[in-house]
Amino acid sequence: MSATNHRWRKFKNVLMQAVALACALLVVAPLGLVFYHLIKSGIGSVNWAFFTQLPKPVGESGGGMANAIAGTFILLGLAALIGVPVGVLGGVYLSEYGSSRLNWWIRFAADVLNGVPSIIWGIVVYALVVVPMKGFSAWAGGIVLGMMMIPLIMRTSEEVLQLVPNGYREASLALGIPRWRTIVQIVLRTAMKGIVTGVLLALARVAGETAPLLFTAFGNRFWNHSLSDPIAALPLQIFNYAISPYDDWHRQAWAGALVLLLLITAVNVGVRVLTRDRFQKPA
Amino acid sequence: MNLTMTPQEDKPAPAPPVEPPAVPVRVEAPAAPQSRAAAEPPAGAPALTVRKLSVYFGATQALKSVSLDVAVHAVTAIIGPSGCGKSTFLRSLNRMHELVPEARMEGEIRLFGQDICSPGVEPVTVRRRIGMVFQKSNPFPTMSIAENVTVGLRLNGERRRSVLNDRTEQSLRMAALWDEVKDRLGAPAISLSGGQQQRLCIARALAVQPQVLLMDEPASALDPLATSKIESLILELKKEYTIVIVTHNMQQAARVSDYTAFFYLGELVEFGPTAKMFTSPAKKRTEDYVTGRFG
Repeated sequence: MSATNHRWRKFKNVLMQAVALACALLVVAPLGLVFYHLIKSGIGSVNWAFFTQLPKPVGESGGGMANAIAGTFILLGLAALIGVPVGVLGGVYLSEYGSSRLNWWIRFAADVLNGVPSIIWGIVVYALVVVPMKGFSAWAGGIVLGMMMIPLIMRTSEEVLQLVPNGYREASLALGIPRWRTIVQIVLRTAMKGIVTGVLLALARVAGETAPLLFTAFGNRFWNHSLSDPIAALPLQIFNYAISPYDDWHRQAWAGALVLLLLITAVNVGVRVLTRDRFQKPA
Repeated sequence: MNLTMTPQEDKPAPAPPVEPPAVPVRVEAPAAPQSRAAAEPPAGAPALTVRKLSVYFGATQALKSVSLDVAVHAVTAIIGPSGCGKSTFLRSLNRMHELVPEARMEGEIRLFGQDICSPGVEPVTVRRRIGMVFQKSNPFPTMSIAENVTVGLRLNGERRRSVLNDRTEQSLRMAALWDEVKDRLGAPAISLSGGQQQRLCIARALAVQPQVLLMDEPASALDPLATSKIESLILELKKEYTIVIVTHNMQQAARVSDYTAFFYLGELVEFGPTAKMFTSPAKKRTEDYVTGRFG
């Protein structure tokens, strides 16, 4: 091998590495851009009033999105009420019971559901809940978000339950502990951190959903007084303000977007902290 | 090996001077009486009688018509090369083999005369009377040392603090672990060393007061010192319990057991007093195995 040949090969190697690195950085860049832009445009309107006041009528400046922030939390609470028990128990079935043939179909269905566009969820729940109830409601919004969470939580729960070593199940059963108690108190408890992580990530995922809420929660410019009434949510409010013709509302939309993104980032950071010193299993 | 065993033997164990520890275990122990009353000497009636036991996993037969009596208050060792069915035999004794979905069993197992393998008998009740210790120590990582010991009681409905505390101490003493952990019962169980974890698993199995203790290569993952501790513990425990131990280590079988069963290819080749099995076995194959000529 001549020296030039060697240099040429080295050059190709460096080139390849540089291209790969550039692509990897391209993944991170949008996050930086999004944060930069949202902070630049939104930070000016994020103030005390934004978190405490209702939206002001057109023409009046000021006001806030207190109702939308509260609404988002209420909707997430309702969604968790539906999505967490069904999702976690579904994961328990897949991991602890279940025949492999049925499991294959359940997993397939869950994966398809995870890919269903969110607007379709909205239309389905509109037909199933909003039409019979004769009106948009917080219930409908919570139900649609909860239904979207179920397949997400089910798959992550199944995965973390599968990580629990079989030795723990055997040890528990050999003590004469019934199977259901073994699952609830030994297996689920061992996998708890992973399940909580899955739940939080699913919540973060649906927190920003807008399309399904258009048909269900609808949005509300005032406080919600009953779960059977329409309710405001941050993504909806951002959407409505962003397509409006008023500069004041545009500024509020930027602020709302910033708050929503910070909320979701906070959940993700929380998950990282929670799983950081995750308990190492003995080797 | 024996040098290290003797000094440890006397210090932990079921210390006689201290009031309640080891003794109540037998007194409270469930259901032992009837058959023992029938046969005066404890060694008279067997603890377990196994008759024509065959176990299948799907189409493969793992055990072929095994018949064997397990003597009370004695250590019965199961030896044999890998894949000979000794673990399957042990696990079928407390019906752990049923965890494999396609497992199937024929034959009869009686615990002090009582049928434990017919479909009408709940595996849960069998496993409370026949405890098990596994090859890989597996204390529950989410629980403290004390919680690990009492988990079998708590998850079967025992709430009284005093009972749980007493049983924690008793069981840890019997497992020769009390002196090492009494000041840190609330510490995570996995903070213990490997040998301590295995003794904790033994304490956990003892806490539900079984009549028989099954041990599946309990020391094969431990260093020689921890192994000798487990062995001296087994010798101590046989005063109170009937023990069946699977081991790959022939010296270990010779050291701790009173009876030895040699399995090969799913069949029980020979069964007899350990001394005889290791010095003058009746079958050629047994002799070849215990002298290390095959397997």
